[in-house]
Formats: sequence, C-alpha cells, structure tokens
Amino acid sequence: MTEENQTADSEPASYDEWLDAIAAGEGFYLESPAGVGSLPPRRVCPETGSTDLTRQPLPETGRIETYSVVHVATPGFAADAPYVSAIADFGPVRITGIVRGIDPDAIGDDEDIIGDEVQLTVEPRETTDDRLVVFSPIE
Amino acid sequence: MTSVRVAGVGLTPFGDHGDRAGRDLFAEAAAAAIDDAEIDRAAVDQLAYGNFMGALAEQQGHQAPLMAEAAGLDCPATRYEEACASAGVAVKAAVEAIRAGTADLVVAGGMERMNCLDTGEATEALAIAADELYEVRAGMTFPSAYALMAQAYFDRFGGGRADLAHIAVKNHANAVPNEYAQYQREITVDDALDAPPVAEPLHLYDACPITDGASAVVLASEEYVTANDLDAPVEITGVGQGGDRLALQDRDAIAETPAATEAAEVAYADSGITAADIDVAEVHDCFTIAEAMALESLGIADSGEGIVAARDGKTTPDGDCPVNLSGGLKAKGHPVGATGGSQIAELTRLLRGDHPNSEHVADATTGVAHNAGGTVASAVVHVLEVAE
Repeated sequence: MTEENQTADSEPASYDEWLDAIAAGEGFYLESPAGVGSLPPRRVCPETGSTDLTRQPLPETGRIETYSVVHVATPGFAADAPYVSAIADFGPVRITGIVRGIDPDAIGDDEDIIGDEVQLTVEPRETTDDRLVVFSPIE
Repeated sequence: MTSVRVAGVGLTPFGDHGDRAGRDLFAEAAAAAIDDAEIDRAAVDQLAYGNFMGALAEQQGHQAPLMAEAAGLDCPATRYEEACASAGVAVKAAVEAIRAGTADLVVAGGMERMNCLDTGEATEALAIAADELYEVRAGMTFPSAYALMAQAYFDRFGGGRADLAHIAVKNHANAVPNEYAQYQREITVDDALDAPPVAEPLHLYDACPITDGASAVVLASEEYVTANDLDAPVEITGVGQGGDRLALQDRDAIAETPAATEAAEVAYADSGITAADIDVAEVHDCFTIAEAMALESLGIADSGEGIVAARDGKTTPDGDCPVNLSGGLKAKGHPVGATGGSQIAELTRLLRGDHPNSEHVADATTGVAHNAGGTVASAVVHVLEVAE
C-alpha cells in the first residue's frame, strides 16, 4: 500500500478499516513525523501531539513479547478457551491477539514462547462470528 | 492550607451479600463511619462516592445522590469512576475539597456488588476496564491482562509462581483476625501452586475473589476537628495520582507500573516523606503480581525485588514494612469501587491501634495506601500519618 496522509481532507481510519486492511494483507499503523507508531482511530500522536499522521505498512512479522494461556474466558470467548493470549512486538507498535497453531496445553512452565516470530491475520472467533486478531507462528 | 484528618471509618463485611441492594451496603458502611467519627450527619458538606460496574450489576446509574439519601446525607454527591481505583480518586477529591476550603466535612468511600453476576458475567464486567477495541475484542480478560504482566515480569526480572504463592500465603494469614475479610483462613504455598489455572501463569490463589462490600471514611478539616472536639489522630498528609496509556500494548514497559510510581512521587513530595519513612502499607494486590509491582513503584522494594519481598519476610507482619495487614484485596476481598476507601479505613485502624493486626505496627507513624485502576493505567497513592 502507498503512504497516505489521513489528516486534513480525509477522516481518520477506523478500527474496522484496520482489521479489513490486515485481512487484505495490507496491515498498517499510523506514524507521526517523530517516528512514533500508533493504531487507529487516532487524530493525534499520543506521544508527540502531532496531528500529521501517515499510514505506514506494518512489518510482515512480529515477535511475542508476553503471553498467557487463558482458561477462564468471558462468555464471548467461551468456546475459544483454552487459548493463548499474547502481545507481539511489531517494531513501531505492539499488538494484542490470540496465538493459533500451537497447542495451549503444551505451553506450561517449561515451554516459553517469548521471542517467537509470528504473522498477523484476522480470523473469526470460535464462539461468535466476531473478527479476531490472530498470530500464527512462523515455522 | 488546612490539614485533613480521618475522623471516622466504616466498612461492611466483605463477601457475598446475596440480594442486598447496593444502597443498603453503602448505608451500613456510612453509618459505621459517622458513628465512629461522632459527628452530626447534617453537618456533612459533600459525598465523594466510588463505584465501577453498578450500571451492569444493578442497572443503576446516577448512584451518588441515591447513596447520599441511603446514608441519610442531605448534600451534593458525586460518583467517581476509575475502575478499581474509583474510591481512591473519591478520597482524593474529598481531601482536595477540604484543602481548597470548599468543604469542612466530607464522607468518601464506595460500594460494589459483584456476586449478583455469575462468573462469566463478572469476568465480562471486569474486562470493560481494558481497551474495548484492542484488548477485550482480542480476548483479554482482567486476570489474563495481569498474567501478561506477570509473564513479562518473569522474563525481565526472574521469579516465578512460587514467589507469587508467598504473597498469597502472607495476605491470607493477615486476613485471619480481620472481621471484615472475605477469607479469614490460611492457605499454604502448595495450595496456591496446586490450584487450577485461571490465566497462566496465574492460578486461582493468585487472584482476588468476587466481592460485595462498601467502605466509608469521614474526612474533616483540622479546624472542624478542633472546633467540635473530635478524636481524629490520623492525618492524610499526601495525595498523588498518576496515569498511563490504557492498553498494555501501548505502554513503554509491561512489567512495571509507572502510573503508580508517578502517584507515589507526587504523594511523597506532598507530604514530605520518603519511601524510607513508610512503616506500613496497604497496596492494590488484585493479583499477586500486582503487589510485587506496587512495592517497586512505592519504593518499598527495588526494581525486580518486589516479587521476593514476601518470600524474604520483608513485607510479612514481623518484617521491615508489613504490607496488606488487612489481608489485601487477595484475602480481604475486592469490591472494586469500594477498595480505595477500604484501604484508607484499614490503614487508619492500623495507625490508631484498633485494628486486630495493630500489634505488628505498634510504633508505626506513617502509612501508605496504593489503589490502582485496570492494569494501572490510573493509580492513586495516599500518605497517612499519626498527627498526635
């Protein structure tokens, strides 16, 4: 995708547009002139106060920074549990999602997935049709 | 600027209050605080009230005037909402009103009902303190948010589940003599380690329970205390609040709580104390890992050392700085919107000498209360000192 200034004559991107873009393989983040990354909807850089935010392509892969195997879920994720919740570092931004493609029961005190490389996709939850940010391990 | 005294404190027992309406819980706590202060309720200038999930749990908004009415108070009333720090910011607002001279006598506190929800509903209601778009929709729960912080802490500083278990064991033991505590029973390290997982690495005994309860404190200006000959030996000498990005993913550091560090720095400067002066503390241990991070923000433990403070005996009743002698959120219970007021009430009892655990801090003159919202996107710290 090309760089696109989202200010002045265009409305800021929405969260749903952000999911659409990831699903289309065109994931993006917003960048202020100082290089600070953030995620939509955003009119002002939360660190610098700049309103000059441009869309930049998300790096193809991120690395898991922390994770948890969730056993007690909210009703909206009941059928998804147990699942692996994680925050992954994509460089200019971090993103929260669920790691699929690994066995939650195999991750315990002995196996650590911090630092593992993942790709970002959007898939439906198992409990509902709601869209979900998903991390897939890269073999 | 006038000094602010704690003239009276009141609590309901924490636990499962069944069908009792929230207004009845708050009325009980407020009546106890007003009786303790020996004041005329007609003289109260304001109510500062904390509540988090009342719109979900009781379908009741606009709670502050309802609670004033239930408490028999005819005065302006405001509800404060900052997730689990709701009553902490309510107390802060009361202190600031008295310091500003706009009030002489304020009732502050909070109330939460949670057991009227089933576990799934309560989990869902607690989750709304997180970022709805980027955390809740991504599967984050309140326990899993703290689990992400715990795993990041282990990765950065070391430590593990056994260290966390010692925090739970300490706080359960502290709760045994506390008549207001939800769990007046001890647990062992093995109980904690063998408990079922909630959100790994956190298991059942790493988490605070689902709690109903209310808290109230009567705060008064020094002039009002003198003029009315009140017995109010404890003074709130420092107040501080800090803030951070709401979502964990947007924080500079996931294994630390800079909002609480900021709140502590402001409160210590306000009161003129340093961390070395703290004799006793009530900290926001909604999960065991939260106590570890709180101690580091408060300066009671060095960076990376908070997790071993209970295990090493530093924060146990006979340690250098006993922490959560009430039992903490872990064992005393965590009625979310009431907790910040409960901490002030318990710390006041500890410093006055009428708490069942006061014997462990008989010479204490300085206490600190740390109340945090969500994953510490907001934090309030109060410094309490014995004035006379």
